Amino acid sequence: MLNSSLLVATNIDKNFPGVKALSQVNFTLQAGQIHALLGENGAGKSTLIKCLTGAYRRDGGDILLLGKNINPKDTLDAQKLGIGTVYQEVNLLGNLSVAENMMIGRQPMRWGMINVKEMNRYSKALLSQYGLEIDTSLLLSSYSIGVQQIIAIARAVDLSGKVLILDEPTASLDSAEVKMLFGILRKLKDRGLGIVFISHFLDQVFDISDQITVLRNGQLIESVATDEIDSIDLVTMMLGYELGEENKTKHYNHSQGEPLLSFTDFGKRQKINPFNLNIAKGEVVGIAGLLGSGRTETAETLFGVTAHDSGVAKLQDKVIDLSTPRAAIANRFGFCPEDRKNDGIIGDLSVRENIILALQAQRGWAKPLPLSEQKKLCEHYIKALDIRPTDPEKPIRLLSGGNQQKVILARWLATNPQFLILDEPTRGIDVGAHAEIIRLIESLCDKGMSLLVISSELDELVAYSHRVIVVREHQHVAEIIGADISTDNIINAIAANSVEPEYVLKGAI
Amino acid sequence: MNSLKRLAPQLITLAVIILLNYLVFPDFFNIKIANGKFYGSLIDVLNRGAPVALLAIGMTLVIATKGIDLSVGAMMAICGAVAASTVDSGGSVYLALSLALLAGVICGAWNGVLVAFLNIQPIISTLILMVAGRGIAQLITKGAILTFTDPGLIFIGSGSVFSIPTPILIWIFAGISVTFIVRKTALGMLIEAIGINQRASSFSGINARVLLIMVYVVSGLCAAMAGTIAAADIRGADANNSGLWLELDAILAVVIGGTSLLGGRFTLIGSLIGAMIIQSINTGILLSGFPPEFNLIIKAAIIVIVLIIQSPALKAHYQTYRDTKKPPEPAPAPSSRTTS
Repeated sequence: MLNSSLLVATNIDKNFPGVKALSQVNFTLQAGQIHALLGENGAGKSTLIKCLTGAYRRDGGDILLLGKNINPKDTLDAQKLGIGTVYQEVNLLGNLSVAENMMIGRQPMRWGMINVKEMNRYSKALLSQYGLEIDTSLLLSSYSIGVQQIIAIARAVDLSGKVLILDEPTASLDSAEVKMLFGILRKLKDRGLGIVFISHFLDQVFDISDQITVLRNGQLIESVATDEIDSIDLVTMMLGYELGEENKTKHYNHSQGEPLLSFTDFGKRQKINPFNLNIAKGEVVGIAGLLGSGRTETAETLFGVTAHDSGVAKLQDKVIDLSTPRAAIANRFGFCPEDRKNDGIIGDLSVRENIILALQAQRGWAKPLPLSEQKKLCEHYIKALDIRPTDPEKPIRLLSGGNQQKVILARWLATNPQFLILDEPTRGIDVGAHAEIIRLIESLCDKGMSLLVISSELDELVAYSHRVIVVREHQHVAEIIGADISTDNIINAIAANSVEPEYVLKGAI
Repeated sequence: MNSLKRLAPQLITLAVIILLNYLVFPDFFNIKIANGKFYGSLIDVLNRGAPVALLAIGMTLVIATKGIDLSVGAMMAICGAVAASTVDSGGSVYLALSLALLAGVICGAWNGVLVAFLNIQPIISTLILMVAGRGIAQLITKGAILTFTDPGLIFIGSGSVFSIPTPILIWIFAGISVTFIVRKTALGMLIEAIGINQRASSFSGINARVLLIMVYVVSGLCAAMAGTIAAADIRGADANNSGLWLELDAILAVVIGGTSLLGGRFTLIGSLIGAMIIQSINTGILLSGFPPEFNLIIKAAIIVIVLIIQSPALKAHYQTYRDTKKPPEPAPAPSSRTTS
């Protein structure tokens, strides 16, 4: 490893109205180093990155690149200086070819026209350095997210070539793709590039990084070499307190008496094949399966987002209507969707308005919840769920992912539901909020609420589920109960008899 | 206090334009009473601005749901024609008003159903009535300008109560009552919610369809009032010209008033101020004695300036300018509040 400081940021400050997002943060990146940047949601990781790349103007501090003071005006400027960024959502253009994406804005010209042949050749040669032998004249969208991610990296490195910033690059990749990506990162590192790596996956951080910097509440906590720290210390640093042993005692002796809810032959064509499902009071039913297997479809059919076209639902032996979300809510259902941004939050409304929304919709427009009561409710849930920032009048879009998730949970808890559906409640959420939400699930079921939880984190499902339903190819294929619930059993059920485990019905997701 | 601060750009713009009016026409603020009624340029602005102000009320709610209503001008023509033909065929003024409002409700409901149930984009849904509406109005007036002499109906356009011209009272009353209704109930918030994120709103149990139909019906009602005033003012229903292009003035009033065309947060008072800004410009150009062929260009130029002043990009520049001028604050104690 070369030992020369490539990028040095000292005493970086950044304020947002009412919030100090970064306070006197120092960050040093060496050439040929993979430097992981860790912290809870809202710790200031993204803000620091954005200050480095010019997406935000910093309010104080200096940034030195190879010893020279830099002041990037915007991301383009930063790119010219040598700092390239690849975001979690690939921001390339799916409807252009791979080559066009890589060469956009600097296409090779011949006789005043774009030299397509040269463009395809150059980009192909460039990608083959990354072990990617693909036809660059095809549309970008014809390749998987993992390949697109690598194309984005190749483009960023080709354009900037000194510092590469990766903001959660592995969030939507499967394990083979992650392996491929890490191979490339190691190669780039050997070429002397400095790489900043942001991830929520601690095992990946330990696997790939040389140095770890931890931020919390906008302040630098520590920067250490990766081989000098273990995961417990790291989590402690990120959270600022010792993480209690996760409560893994399962309620084996759960009474399987009268079910609260029973669904018979419940299904929706092209979404989820008819299934039978009984849920008892205070029971947590987990749903496991691969992406696109029918997990989310199960939830959306139960909640009336896509009305079921077969079967009946009964609430304590009374047939109930679940044809729309409104009807489901009238039966005291609640649903925290997977896609928080598009299906959950109302971005421009305040935290307070987002919390009371479902309750208000239930009361009808003519009976507004008195402001004093709204404030009392918000105060209660902001405290109970530890929502930060605590100002209920802040627009929800300014909150971090974990806090937005808590607000949506509060929205449903305020309606006092008897059945709550959680679709990937911990996706994209930091370790701290993660543990809190799991604790919340357990305490809700202790209070007698019935829950249906969909998660791709099998450890989590094992921790809180009384029963796990495995979904495969739009079919509920297995049910694992009580003591049999283990990650091994779930994985076996997902993989059993499956010709193509990653089978996805086109157009059904 | 807070809302006053939010409306500051609109209020300042209005003040500047009125000041300009005063400069080109020093008698602008003179108000006298004749025939038991206030007269004067300032009263003229308030009076002539009534149709656009009324349209802007409905338009604000529609735009807040991320929609738009292009048919308000045509609905004015229809409702004015309904009112005129009712008194023409011997109906009372009360019947005429009721039928005009009913016509507005029906037109609005038509728009609402197209948007809410058939999921047709609002701009297309309302374009249908914008085009067809004048045809319907012509059928009602049988192709002619339908004049009337009913004093009750004329009163709506040129009468006065306590010396205040009736149109002014109507739009102020409508503005206050709609504001009161949307802000004292949960309507306002629910309308904003569906405008910001309709999918998430229906996931939360909001009945978006009912609300959408409701806002288009309110828009129809406002157009009915505006159309009746316009017809009563000229004592006749002109199917071809009543409310012509006023949908654009109404949209402009909403935008100048500070409500985004992208939907969500809305301000009715802002839209009403916007309507008055537009009318002050119109009146000012007339009073200034410029050759009339300049009118539209001057109006466009003023509106461009108003919109530049309000542009978010300019605001951001001003903010950074002010921040760099400010002396650095002492570093506050580390707070536990965070955002990312």
